[in-house]
Amino acid sequence: MARLEKSAGDIANEIDERFGSAKFVRRSARKVFPDHWSFMLGEIALYSFIILLLTGTFLTLWFKPSQVEVPYEGSYIPLHGLTMSEAYASTLRISFDVRGGLIMRQIHHWAALIFVAAMIVHSARVFFTGAFRKPRETNWLIGVALITLSIIEGLLGYSLPDDLLSGTGFRIAEGVLLAIPVVGTYLSFFFFGGQFPGEDFIARIYTFHVLLLPGIFLALITVHVMLVWYQKHTQYPLPGRTEKNSVGYPFFPVYTAKAGGFFFITFGVTTLLAAFVTINPVWLFGPYTPTQVTAGSQPDFYMGFLEGAFRLMPNWEIHALGYTLSMNIIVPCFIVPGLLFTSMGLYPMIERWVTGDNREHHVLDRPRNVPTRTGLGVMALTTWLILLAAGANDVIAITFHLSINAITWFFRIAIFVVPPLSYVVTKRICLGLQRRDRDLVLHGRETGRIMRLPNGEMIEVHEPISETQRYILTAHESPGPLELEPATDPNGIPRRRVLASKLRARISRFYFEDRIVPPTPTDARELESSGHH
Amino acid sequence: MRLLSKPLGALSRQRRRRFAPMVLLLVALGLTGGAYAAFAPSPQAAAATGASAQTLKDGRDLYLRNCSSCHGLNVEGSSDGPTLVGVGAASVDFQVGTGRMPAAQLGAQIQQKRQQFTQEEIQALAAYIASLGPGPAIPSKDQLDYADADAAQGGQIYRTNCAMCHNFAGSGGALTRGKYAPSLQGVSPKHIYEAMLTGPQSMPVFPDTTMTSQDKRDIIAFLKTTQTEPSPGGLALGKVGPVTEGLAGWLLGLGGLIACAVWLGAKAR
Ligand code: HEC
Ligand code: HEC
Ligand code: HEM
Repeated sequence: MARLEKSAGDIANEIDERFGSAKFVRRSARKVFPDHWSFMLGEIALYSFIILLLTGTFLTLWFKPSQVEVPYEGSYIPLHGLTMSEAYASTLRISFDVRGGLIMRQIHHWAALIFVAAMIVHSARVFFTGAFRKPRETNWLIGVALITLSIIEGLLGYSLPDDLLSGTGFRIAEGVLLAIPVVGTYLSFFFFGGQFPGEDFIARIYTFHVLLLPGIFLALITVHVMLVWYQKHTQYPLPGRTEKNSVGYPFFPVYTAKAGGFFFITFGVTTLLAAFVTINPVWLFGPYTPTQVTAGSQPDFYMGFLEGAFRLMPNWEIHALGYTLSMNIIVPCFIVPGLLFTSMGLYPMIERWVTGDNREHHVLDRPRNVPTRTGLGVMALTTWLILLAAGANDVIAITFHLSINAITWFFRIAIFVVPPLSYVVTKRICLGLQRRDRDLVLHGRETGRIMRLPNGEMIEVHEPISETQRYILTAHESPGPLELEPATDPNGIPRRRVLASKLRARISRFYFEDRIVPPTPTDARELESSGHH
Repeated sequence: MRLLSKPLGALSRQRRRRFAPMVLLLVALGLTGGAYAAFAPSPQAAAATGASAQTLKDGRDLYLRNCSSCHGLNVEGSSDGPTLVGVGAASVDFQVGTGRMPAAQLGAQIQQKRQQFTQEEIQALAAYIASLGPGPAIPSKDQLDYADADAAQGGQIYRTNCAMCHNFAGSGGALTRGKYAPSLQGVSPKHIYEAMLTGPQSMPVFPDTTMTSQDKRDIIAFLKTTQTEPSPGGLALGKVGPVTEGLAGWLLGLGGLIACAVWLGAKAR
């Protein structure tokens, strides 16, 4: 035993002499990580990605990215003897003739859904708690890029098996390419190597799916995690936590053990799902032929909002100068996602400009304390959800015996009415919660005990809240709207960019007009010592 | 045979026109496909023959009592239902056998109910209607024997002609304005065959001249094989495609993981 220890120590020494790693390891091991379940959402995404890499590599061992037509001779009888592309045949082979192949395919696909879903929830957490504020804007942008790319990666992935559903998806992609003004036709011919479907595109998207995009993911994720490391993790407000420190457990051993454990939990849950629930039963769809289509042709959920935008868009085309501008495709497929992702990406900069707040922030906001931002976030999510639901209008119609036309019109109106409504409601709820917090700080908790005063009056006994809770409820600041700068500076010289500053004051009013001024801790303490309840 | 329909069936004429391009396409496919080379003889001749006078009389009585309020005392049709002259025994057997007729209320689409007549009564009704004009007959045992049929071929024909309405696995699909193509799960081979022969409501007609009797048996074999095989991947989630998968991914997958995260977070404290 001692020998073993000694030789291990020797090896470590050899390494340290060359790379100076001891210092790095010592520093890293003591790195502190705040702890909260919502900080594990990003981890779910990370681990799902690792699962995707592992299972995807397994799939590449048998998958043949080729559109050469072959007769099917595998063991799934209801497809026996049909001619199909090698891509489809090899996917069937993975499903039925490779040991463990089907569960690997199912883990891969479930992990893909969980990967994107986890990123969405993770980004929502970051948004609502204001974790994107300075200095973390870069990581927010990386996150937006990751979500966007993962949607594309998923589309390419479920197109690989070349079944009826995936072929239909790419038929739509062809239409979208064709709708791009001027260059659409060239792009489509370039991409498909001629007329759709051609013989090239599976091989091409395969390269993108297993090489290029995973490479980009790996690079972006690495930078993302390194930035979290370097900039340190944010923390929820608690006494002792400031903008200058980071309170939590050391990376080693506590955090490594927890994170390692959570990786296995993620793998376990995904595997359980894959073991018991079918996903993408390609054998039921049949091989792709452009002459066939099936009811219920839907993309995976991460493309669902685009599908929904597509289904809601009226059939609007502009004919001019002998050209057709297919607004019915351009709006849902370019303008809607363009707006959604651009506003998402730019939001931190916009908020910084509006608030004029250039300080660093490491303590998180409680969503209720930033009602306008929270309202805007809920509004964006509602928009996304309505589009997602609209993409499933046929499934909704048949499940609930409704008219698909009525559903479509309902969503067409809802997409304009419900998001603003959700904004207003959310903001009101936030302000209401703030008011309750203020009451709690000033008057304490209602105990439900009724006391009768000597003069016969009945009052409810209030109990003061704990120091910790008081800190949580009063730690935030509540800025008012920016004052409009005077049109001239103190020397009487007219300022430049008056319009911009007017606009800014306007938006600032929109942001901060409605507010509940939080009591300061001293307010509260004074109240208490004066015996008021 | 459809030419006999009176203007009363305005609704049904309209939808027939809507599906005309599709039917044309199917015809064109049928002609070029090569797989459709063998044309089976039309079974119409057998329709009116072989029914005794007593059966016809029973059928007429049943008709007058149960159907004439909508389809007319002389089967000429009314504002509540089309004429049945020339629809054939197959149509009656399908409509009454699946409980669609007698129609209860006229919504977007006449619903299936529990079958209200015995098989003998249905036979009598069918014989009576068939005696009024030539139409597709109830398929024979031989026509329905799909034991040697080719399920894979049937799948191909099904996906070309039926999947756009009934979905890839026959789970059903939505059509316009509250109409829908129903699930084909558990429908008897005879009713599948008759549905193709007669094209109920919004469904197009697939006569034996464009889709041979063998093609129909192949389709039946395909439906029966895929619907009775165990699901290789586990729970099938209704076989309706990615929508239910997305729900499961969010609720069971991510939901389960978040529950674990919350649990771990609580344990740490
Ligand atoms: C409440 C009115 C009503 C009653 C009662 C009724 N039907 Fe019908 N029936 C209809 C309507 C409406 C249609 C047309 C459906 C369509 O194609 O849109 C129809 C269609 C049919 C068809 C299909 C015609 C075709 O074009 O293939 C048959 C067969 C039929 N009915 C038989 C019967 C029989 C037999 C009875 C009595 C047992 C009956 N119906 C009772 C309203 C009725
Ligand atoms: C245009 C859409 C459409 C196409 C294509 C279509 N169907 Fe239908 N099908 C329907 C509709 C709508 C109904 C319901 C009719 C009714 O309730 O009267 C139906 C009913 C049926 C039924 C009766 C189901 C039951 O529960 O009783 C069967 C069986 C059937 N179709 C089989 C087929 C087959 C096989 C094909 C392909 C050869 C096909 N259908 C093609 C729309 C379609
Ligand atoms: C990073 C995010 C990734 C996502 C979102 C993703 C998504 C998908 C999806 C949805 C499918 C369809 C699966 C099916 O139909 O069963 C698929 C197929 C496939 N993926 Fe991925 N994947 C990712 C990464 C990878 C990686 C890193 C590899 C390989 C190194 C890979 C290799 C494959 C292969 C070979 C197939 C086709 C074979 C089959 O369907 O059985 N994937 N991918």
